[in-house]
Amino acid sequence: MTDTVIAAPRRLGNSDALVARRYRSERRFKFYGIAAIAVTAVFLVLLFADILAKGLPAFMEHRLTLPMKVDQAAIDPQNSKDPKVIRAGDFDGPIRQAFRDLFPDVTSRADRKKLMGLLSSGAADDFRAMVVRDPALIGHDAKVPVLMSDDADQYLKGRQTGVEKFPGIGTMTAAAEGEQFKLTTDAAALPTPGDIVRLNGGAFRVLSIGNGVLLAEQLTAPKSLAPAASGTWDILRFTVPESSRRIDDQEALWLEHLKEQGLAQSNIAWRFFTSGDSREPELAGIRGALMGSILTLLVTLFLCLPIGVAAAIYLEEFAPKNRLTQIIELNINNLAAVPSIVFGLLGLAMFLNFFGLPRSAPLVGGLVLALLVLPTIIIASRAALRAVPPSIKEAALGVGASHQQAIFHHVLPLAMPGIMTGTIIGMAHALGETAPLLMIGMVAFIVDIPGSFTEAATVLPIQIYLWSDLPEIAFQSKTAGAIIVLLAFLFVMNAAAIMLRKRFERRW
Amino acid sequence: MDAMIKTPVAPTAPRIAREKPLKIKARNVDVYYGDKHAINDLSIDIPDSAVSAFIGPSGCGKSTFLRSINRMNDTIPSCRITGNIEIDGRDIYDKTLDVVQLRARIGMVFQKPNPFPKSIYENVAYGPKIHGLAKNKTDLEEIAVTSLKKAGLFEEVKDRLDHSGTSLSGGQQQRLCIARAIAVNPEVILMDEPCSALDPIATARIEELIDELRQNYCIVIVTHSMQQAARVSQLTAFFHLGNLVEVGDTDEIFTSPKDKRTQDYITGRFG
Repeated sequence: MTDTVIAAPRRLGNSDALVARRYRSERRFKFYGIAAIAVTAVFLVLLFADILAKGLPAFMEHRLTLPMKVDQAAIDPQNSKDPKVIRAGDFDGPIRQAFRDLFPDVTSRADRKKLMGLLSSGAADDFRAMVVRDPALIGHDAKVPVLMSDDADQYLKGRQTGVEKFPGIGTMTAAAEGEQFKLTTDAAALPTPGDIVRLNGGAFRVLSIGNGVLLAEQLTAPKSLAPAASGTWDILRFTVPESSRRIDDQEALWLEHLKEQGLAQSNIAWRFFTSGDSREPELAGIRGALMGSILTLLVTLFLCLPIGVAAAIYLEEFAPKNRLTQIIELNINNLAAVPSIVFGLLGLAMFLNFFGLPRSAPLVGGLVLALLVLPTIIIASRAALRAVPPSIKEAALGVGASHQQAIFHHVLPLAMPGIMTGTIIGMAHALGETAPLLMIGMVAFIVDIPGSFTEAATVLPIQIYLWSDLPEIAFQSKTAGAIIVLLAFLFVMNAAAIMLRKRFERRW
Repeated sequence: MDAMIKTPVAPTAPRIAREKPLKIKARNVDVYYGDKHAINDLSIDIPDSAVSAFIGPSGCGKSTFLRSINRMNDTIPSCRITGNIEIDGRDIYDKTLDVVQLRARIGMVFQKPNPFPKSIYENVAYGPKIHGLAKNKTDLEEIAVTSLKKAGLFEEVKDRLDHSGTSLSGGQQQRLCIARAIAVNPEVILMDEPCSALDPIATARIEELIDELRQNYCIVIVTHSMQQAARVSQLTAFFHLGNLVEVGDTDEIFTSPKDKRTQDYITGRFG
């Protein structure tokens, strides 16, 4: 017996518990979502903050501005005004002389060598370029920019040690006591051991303190041992001990002196964008890698776009739907998921060993990346073609356009923004790709900026990889700087893709 | 049931078919989509210089048959067609016949207005351009303007021929599609529910236009609105479940249908 029981009408409030549970579940779900986004955002912010903190100093460099006479004898003794002769002239000597003149007290051979170590080994390059550009300077006075060494640069950027300065309050008197010096003061705040006291043009490192008397060793000889009044002496304190930094106290004092004189200034390091790789961090730039990347991507683009779009149009619009085309489609989708290093091995075996193309060349890099990006472009292009409403094609067929005319006159132009978006994203992918290029020898120390598709070159991500391996602190900064440039390019490319999509979105 | 599904043969041909020359002749047409039998043994004569309306409930095969007339069904891979359709005595499924040339002779207007996302002018000029109907730019412009005038759209858009076709209202877009169809000088215009996406005022304009065009073209219209069929057509064919149930002069179909199913449909008992 199945009597139908008619349930009592439901009333509002009958299911309060159910409703409350549903609300709780919704709130919980919302919370999970927010938590997930927050975690992601924190990591992203940390990542970017770290990269920016490390990388932004790479875009700045410290240069001395040395006033000096552009010496004809050293540069162009015969007054030939021939750029070749000028280029071969001695620019290093005058710079060294001018720099030495800033520190007349430094006389010992070892100290002089140390002093010169503050200048970059390529310090004369800017001077040379300046005179070659403007030969009229010869024989006149000029303010010459002189690049500092990477360690000096790092110190001046505050990346070696923190520096605290305390003005001296009270009178400070230095007196010789054997090898060491005794500093007596009525100052309230005493320096601590390791601090450096500068007075009367000299500098003393405090060794110990006892009873208001400081025992100190001399770093630079003072001009006199007269008592220094309040305000004429000061204390320097480094936060990092001397043994753990690459600039010792003596060098630090010289650099502080240059900074206080206003001779060492921070400038934008255009060099970072205009020079190739170098063993000297302060001279190294990303131009070579950037050119390599551009040349490689050009090869990739010119191969990928026509082949990818043609394949997509054929598969989407013309190919018969049979087993063979199904297998091809399946394989294209699978290729998009093949690890990139496999393409590198393929490129090595095929392009280098079989076809004998040059190693490390952007041409081969471009070919390998084209293999890598082609599936992405084909898939994106097919999706873009499929997204064009069939009514457009029908309209064209309806007025008597052939299949091909309908595709090329109407469907393809409408699919183009989608195709371009896919291509740009594929190119961005190729720009960041490293592994396959390692296999074809694009990982190399290349100083020259590549000018053709067959010259040895490296690319931006590989430059980053190479620099990250080097011990110098300055190269760590350059690594992060190069990452910033790479990310900037990727952002610009992705932004272009998004703009294209927004601009041409659904015009029908 | 079996006996009733047989194609009815009218004792006498419809009046309009006797008055006007024969344009489209279909005999024993069957259309399949894969395993689905969409049209079953259809035979019909469609006269020139008249409007023929196909009515019937959804899925009855009227659109399928319409799309068979300009071989638009060729684009559907699973579609198969047997039987014989002739236009002016020429078999359109003949292997030697170029389907693109055929479609140029048969204009088509779709259910949803589908102007190209290009300028109004380019929409109309596209057909003549690809078929080489104009010797030069002036000719092409003249064809475009004439077509727009015939479609009753010129006065509304003459100042903005360079605006996108998609910027027009729905009714204007549909008239633009009609202008585009007549720009290539077709003999037949097929309309697949041309007013189903339009409001009553735009519908009235299109119906007026159809009535004007009937002087020069053989027009076949598929419609869900029986009032529309009654208003614009001279010949009406009623489709049901893939069968052509009844065909006759419009006034007769709507006043004294011979088949019970037709009567049920036009009186609103099903459909």
